[in-house]
Amino acid sequence: MTTLPDTTRPGQKKLGLVIDLDTCVGCQACATSCKEWNTQGYSAPLNDWDARGADHSGSWLNRIHGYEVKEKGQAQSRIVNFPRSCLHCETPACVTVCPTGASYKRAEDGIVLVNPDMCIGCKLCSWACPYGAREYDEVQGVMKKCTLCVDRIYNENFLPEDRIPACVRACPTGARHFGDLGDPASAVSQLVAARGGFALLPEMDYKPVNRYLPPRPRRDATTLAPEALPRGDGSAMDRLFQWADGLLAGHAGTAPAARKVSRVAAIKRRVKSAVAAVKSKSRGKK
Amino acid sequence: MHPAYSVILFTTASGAGYGLLALLGLAGAQHGQASSTAFGITAMVLALGLISVGLLSSTFHLGRPERAWRAFSQWRSSWLSREGVAAVLTFLPALAFGVVWSGLYEAPQFIAPLGIITAVMCAITVFCTAQIYASLKTIRAWHQSLTAPVYLVFALATGAALLAALAAVFGRFQPFQVWLGLAALAAVLVLKALYWRAIDAAPRSHTMEAATGLGRIGQVSQWEVPHTAINFVQKEMGYVVARRHAARLRLMVLALLLAAMLLLLVSLKAPLLALVAAALAFTATMVERWLFFAEAQHVSTLFYGAKTA
Amino acid sequence: MSAEPHVTRSPKSWDEIKTTTCYMCACRCGIKVYLKDGRVSYIEGNRDHPVNKGVICGKGSSGIKQHYSPARLAKPLLRVGERGKGAFKEIEWDEALTLATSWLSEVRRTDPKRLAFFTGRDQSQGLTGWWATQFGTPNYAAHGGFCSVNMAAAGLYTFGGAFWEFGEPDWKHTKYFMLFGVAEDHGSNPIKMGLGKLKERGAKFVSVNPIRTGYSAIADEWVGIRPGTDGLFVGALIHELLAAQKIDGEYLTRFTNAPWLVVEKPGTAEHGLLARDRDGNTLVWDAATRAPASALSPTATPALMGRFTLKDGRRVATSFTLLAERFLGDDWKPEAVADRCGVPAASIKRIAAELARVAFDEAITLDVPWTDHLGRRHDKMVGRPVSMHGMRGISAHSNGFHTCRMIHILQILLGTIDVPGGYRYKAPYPKPIPPGIKPTGKPGQVKPNTALPGPPLGFVTAPEDLLIDEHGAPQRLDKAFSWDAPMSAHGLMHMVITNAGLRDPYGIDVLFMYMANMSWNSAMNVPDTLKYLTAKDEKTGDYVIPRIIYADSYQSEMVYYADLVLPDTTYLERWDCISLLDRPISEPDGPADSIRQPVVEPDRDVRPFQTVLLDLGARLGLNGMVKEDGSPRYPGGYADYIVNHERTPGVGPLAGFRGADGKAEGKGAPNPDQLKRYIEHGCHWFHELPEHMKYYKHVNRDYLDWAVGFGFLGKADPIIFQLYSEPFQKFRLAAEGHGSIVPPTEHRARIRDHFDPLPFWYAPFEGEMVKAEDFPLHAVTQRPMAMYHSWGSQNDWLRQILGRNWLYMARETAAAKGIADGDWVTVTSHHGQIRAQARLMDGVEPGTVWTWNAIGKRSGAWALDADAPEAKQGFLLNHLISELLPERGGGYRYSNSDPVTGQAAWYDLKVRIERAADQSGEADPQFPTLTGIGRTA
Ligand SMILES: Nc1nc2c(c(=O)[nH]1)N[C@H]1C(S)=C(S)[C@@H](COP(=O)(O)OP(=O)(O)OC[C@H]3O[C@@H](n4cnc5c(=O)[nH]c(N)nc54)[C@H](O)[C@@H]3O)O[C@H]1N2
Ligand SMILES: Nc1nc2c(c(=O)[nH]1)N[C@H]1C(S)=C(S)[C@@H](COP(=O)(O)OP(=O)(O)OC[C@H]3O[C@@H](n4cnc5c(=O)[nH]c(N)nc54)[C@H](O)[C@@H]3O)O[C@H]1N2
Ligand code: SF4
Ligand code: SF4
Ligand code: SF4
Ligand code: SF4
Ligand code: SF4
Ligand SMILES: [Mo]
Repeated sequence: MTTLPDTTRPGQKKLGLVIDLDTCVGCQACATSCKEWNTQGYSAPLNDWDARGADHSGSWLNRIHGYEVKEKGQAQSRIVNFPRSCLHCETPACVTVCPTGASYKRAEDGIVLVNPDMCIGCKLCSWACPYGAREYDEVQGVMKKCTLCVDRIYNENFLPEDRIPACVRACPTGARHFGDLGDPASAVSQLVAARGGFALLPEMDYKPVNRYLPPRPRRDATTLAPEALPRGDGSAMDRLFQWADGLLAGHAGTAPAARKVSRVAAIKRRVKSAVAAVKSKSRGKK
Repeated sequence: MHPAYSVILFTTASGAGYGLLALLGLAGAQHGQASSTAFGITAMVLALGLISVGLLSSTFHLGRPERAWRAFSQWRSSWLSREGVAAVLTFLPALAFGVVWSGLYEAPQFIAPLGIITAVMCAITVFCTAQIYASLKTIRAWHQSLTAPVYLVFALATGAALLAALAAVFGRFQPFQVWLGLAALAAVLVLKALYWRAIDAAPRSHTMEAATGLGRIGQVSQWEVPHTAINFVQKEMGYVVARRHAARLRLMVLALLLAAMLLLLVSLKAPLLALVAAALAFTATMVERWLFFAEAQHVSTLFYGAKTA
Repeated sequence: MSAEPHVTRSPKSWDEIKTTTCYMCACRCGIKVYLKDGRVSYIEGNRDHPVNKGVICGKGSSGIKQHYSPARLAKPLLRVGERGKGAFKEIEWDEALTLATSWLSEVRRTDPKRLAFFTGRDQSQGLTGWWATQFGTPNYAAHGGFCSVNMAAAGLYTFGGAFWEFGEPDWKHTKYFMLFGVAEDHGSNPIKMGLGKLKERGAKFVSVNPIRTGYSAIADEWVGIRPGTDGLFVGALIHELLAAQKIDGEYLTRFTNAPWLVVEKPGTAEHGLLARDRDGNTLVWDAATRAPASALSPTATPALMGRFTLKDGRRVATSFTLLAERFLGDDWKPEAVADRCGVPAASIKRIAAELARVAFDEAITLDVPWTDHLGRRHDKMVGRPVSMHGMRGISAHSNGFHTCRMIHILQILLGTIDVPGGYRYKAPYPKPIPPGIKPTGKPGQVKPNTALPGPPLGFVTAPEDLLIDEHGAPQRLDKAFSWDAPMSAHGLMHMVITNAGLRDPYGIDVLFMYMANMSWNSAMNVPDTLKYLTAKDEKTGDYVIPRIIYADSYQSEMVYYADLVLPDTTYLERWDCISLLDRPISEPDGPADSIRQPVVEPDRDVRPFQTVLLDLGARLGLNGMVKEDGSPRYPGGYADYIVNHERTPGVGPLAGFRGADGKAEGKGAPNPDQLKRYIEHGCHWFHELPEHMKYYKHVNRDYLDWAVGFGFLGKADPIIFQLYSEPFQKFRLAAEGHGSIVPPTEHRARIRDHFDPLPFWYAPFEGEMVKAEDFPLHAVTQRPMAMYHSWGSQNDWLRQILGRNWLYMARETAAAKGIADGDWVTVTSHHGQIRAQARLMDGVEPGTVWTWNAIGKRSGAWALDADAPEAKQGFLLNHLISELLPERGGGYRYSNSDPVTGQAAWYDLKVRIERAADQSGEADPQFPTLTGIGRTA
């Protein structure tokens, strides 16, 4: 059982998540809905211990980190929110180290699961996971991990649009995507291709299925050329007057050109002194 | 990694037990029946007892000990499963050997083959234990060519010290036992020193930048933990021992080992001191095991603020 | 090798699913509640709901833990020992209500204003405000005064709408979105969904905020502004746009008061008022006839700029001329503001250029013909796809009103209000500027056993509207609508306990509060607040605040200071309505409202507060709450009221499914089946406007007519934006001594300076009143996404995410003080000192330190262990924030608020930070552990 299924066949289904780090605001919705679904679903219950006390903790299948990233060649750091759950690796040692067969990778769709009835809680699988994706439930004494909501995604009690993981269903920004990463034509695969999606720690050779979409480059002083609005000659107030007059001309031809010119001159004359007066006044004010 | 006392006790006790058992097996193969039934039985009980205590204590570490039997099933892929299978299998030749060697049942022709099989099984079991750790790519300090040899020599050395102590108690003390113990302890000293040099020198090739994939933008640091309440991964994998403290403990291991060697040497004159030497070797192993965990850094700590792993 | 275990693909882990409305925060998303064996087992977003369209946030999906919280109150409590010591006995509801009625009827019989009725995070203001009116006390408000009245008022006095519940960016079309001072969960799901949409389309998102977390983290550009200086930044953007004539002249001329004429007669009572014709119509200068014309004239060609002379010789200028003159001044040049606001001049110029490019060069048009208020037909809807949104980072400063108004003016100059791609109103907005309701509670309006002639809260437009006596003294306990804060449309909740404790302007008999944690995180100056709550009169020995009634669902810090505790249900156990008469959940595409239905029955002896309030009203015999025979009008409680109450004929709390057949919308007779129909429709109702009414609503003939029919507007008059605000000039004139109602001398300068008819910038008060060397740093709070004020900490899941807070500061700021990550520091303001643990980061303006709001808890509260991290490491900045400003000349202490609206200036706080000498231990101050209720009973 804990030997891995052959998932190299062409057309092999590889269900997984694609998480957009450019869009995730770190709201924790995916973490809490995951907890909420799974505490009554496949992983029931996801326990908490010392829930009202100082040493409170609990098992969660999805957690959201916050990192600061100092951008290359820039003074500014940026914050990147980073949800982390099981990546449903293709060659995960978390499965092969399991002594009981409780951990396994489904041949059908590649989902990595723990059978809670067989797990002895030796924790070895959690040691074998580079991504910290497995969490031991102290109350139940068994290992818990993301199930990819295996009890939702095929669930015929749901409308087809709801047959998606709880975390994806919840995500308010739409930063989480679910689909078959084994199928290059799937929406998730195309998204990964278009946005340069990456796998975590590829050098560990666990071959994660989940992908992360990188934050997009910023569009600010560090990447944009300086730009400013053009200025005409003379005083800004005069130019604004001229422009306002121009508007009048646009008004359904109500103002004949000749009259307009003289009026412009008249207004200009009249306001010049006023402007000067007001300017000196407004300078007194902050 | 969090140093769990049950696991430390398990590996130390069962290591010593397997070491002793293997030496008894080899001694039997060489010299035939034990010099007295009492000595034979005591030695066997001690060896198997240590092994059993170790195995039992390892089940304390389990969340569901009542299901421990399931751990024998995955020997194809899992070193933990293999260790379990090997541990249980070892009992068969070991018991048979014990019976014939201690003279409970007279069958001298079986002593040598059973002794050798037992010794080999002991080595295999300890090797499996070591491989549980050595096979984990996630923990640089364990994923080492020296991990298994260190486990093996520790088992041998603690076993040899025990054998010397036992012999002393039964008045069967022989200088040969001391030289064996000394050699094994010296090997431990050398291999462990090499191991520490190796883990200190090994490149910390995994970085926070690589783990998060954010290295493509720049240098990464943690700004908020996912939960302010400490979670399993942080507790289990995030254990850090202060560098200075670790250095002191390393010295302590070396000192204990040297002291054990010294006492063993002195026991040539005062054999009962071999008992103290054995106790020192055992303590040295416990501290070494504690460090083995405490100094090991898990890759997943990169997500929790560790810069490299 | 054995086969894979069988996994049930289609488990049905629930018995039943019910829809209702979330109340883990004020966003009020639609939810579907899964029930298993009579217990709530799962909560998800309702896909059909207009607010959240299926998504749910981190709080919403933790609702189960709130509903089953060990901190829930279970029975009415009566204080038996000293106040604040937790000595209570459980009593029956009947006794509780009889007692409350006796206290309240005594107040009503003698002097109704001696009841102060204030509500916090409440969404039943339609009911509570009406109840206060019927009771006859002007001392009523909800939390708006300490929350965001600056934002609401600035919008309502400028363009008849505001951000959040009043309107939102056109997420579908906008190409450039500027967010001012919003952390990460205001407008929770809608903003998150909106940002997701912007990302999908590659629209640019600029966040102006001293801190780069939350929404700012995913902004394309972060403008790390210095707190309190947004007015400078926005003013400089306006300067740039005016200087380059990159403004929407057409829009300004047609839809705003930019061309209206302002009288210029300095020194007279007329100066700065709008010129009007004999009929009272405001005037424009018709360039075609070279004469004044009514601003409503469909044929005039109004001049946008210029100074003219009226026939009677009065000199006038268009209000746009005045605006331009102000902002073209040199002090608004980017170079002149850059150092003070911390935004480089080059960035200001670039952002101005980007705004202009997107608004004008990248304008969009929808092929939707529409007709404007003057009957002019337009065959397209022109869209300027620039949108803006702002919230407490702007409004929680003492200069927030004018700053907020300046942002609106920037929006208007670009022609972006209610156009495709810009900001969009949500029904019932737009409203007349300002809405036509006036506050009541003037001398003579408050009478024993008598209802007020109108609602206690409203919109002041002239000194005559103030609630003051002939000496100019405040009539309300919180001094709202007085010279202290004339336009305090939402009251000043943060002053209630202080003023009652100091009997300034007068003492009260009963303090009645609902859903407001006023002894802790919603109080400024917690230590003194606790003092006032427990202070005794030296002469009588009775409490200075003699009676405190409080309704809460949970064991909050406030419960311990009540004399009578009325335990409310959880949000899953009661009927509620999210009404258009209150703070609605409408969408820009049309009005919406919704209900909460009890999805489970309470398992404790608790009652829904709204039902209790109606019961009390009936016992007190209040108008509208009893029938002619004196029996309760709504014996069925709140559900009965929701269906049968009519504010005006045909208009009730819910707009959907009205009329006998349930087909009427907006107006219609009560429908006995209304709640049933709501439940059938997922507990919400939404009326989508036809395409031609979806934009330009302020001047859209068809929309305006429809809105009158629907009961949103009294008249179908256009809503003309007030760039120049005449009500402000009226106050300024009064301060200059004109008119019959003038401020007392000591208030004059303050009124004159701050009642500028055009927005301007001044430095926030606290920073001006303390020495910059003593308190060099700004200290602000942010709301974390996964915690709602104080409620979140009782939630077993959410408290794992955020069980304590740190004081975050820039690495360089910490280094200068020798502070390392994790060090304990002391934080000192002019008012007090706290101890907290520091965390270092890059993404914060170096002159600012900050922490998460309301994470610190008082030991013993919320059914947490006494040594919970919330109490031992968590802390509040509130202890450092004074509710009163330092003394001015004459010894008077104004409240720490905006001088226009009375908005609490939480973010004006200035502090100094030192590394603590003692590096061990806990956060300070620590108050005695609360005992007596729940786990510590
Ligand atoms: N999860 C969650 N959601 C909530 C709430 C909650 O408690 N929890 N509370 C609700 C309530 S009552 C409210 S009022 C809203 C408030 O929601 P927000 O308006 O987002 O208010 P805060 O979270 O206080 O964040 C204020 C922001 O303003 C910034 N700021 C401070 N001073 C300035 C300044 O001078 N200029 C600028 N540009 N920015 C500044 C701060 O850095 C911070 O990011 O949220 C609502 N939503
Ligand atoms: N330092 C600092 N302080 C601040 C702010 C800040 O930014 N910084 N923000 C201010 C702002 S904008 C606001 S709005 C206030 C918020 O302050 P409050 O309005 O006081 O909000 P809460 O702390 O959530 O307290 C509301 C109370 O309602 C109770 N409650 C929850 N659900 C129910 C229910 O269903 N029924 C009843 N009856 N009670 C219920 C809770 O138990 C709690 O005691 O805080 C203000 N305080
Ligand atoms: S729900 Fe979406 S936005 Fe929120 S933390 Fe998860 S991925 Fe990020
Ligand atoms: S992420 Fe970890 S738990 Fe998940 S499959 Fe990969 S190794 Fe296993
Ligand atoms: S904890 Fe359970 S799933 Fe993990 S390796 Fe042990 S038995 Fe297998
Ligand atoms: S897929 Fe399901 S189990 Fe996995 S993180 Fe998402 S909600 Fe949790
Ligand atoms: S934003 Fe979240 S907590 Fe607030 S109402 Fe919506 S789902 Fe509930
Ligand atoms: Mo608020």
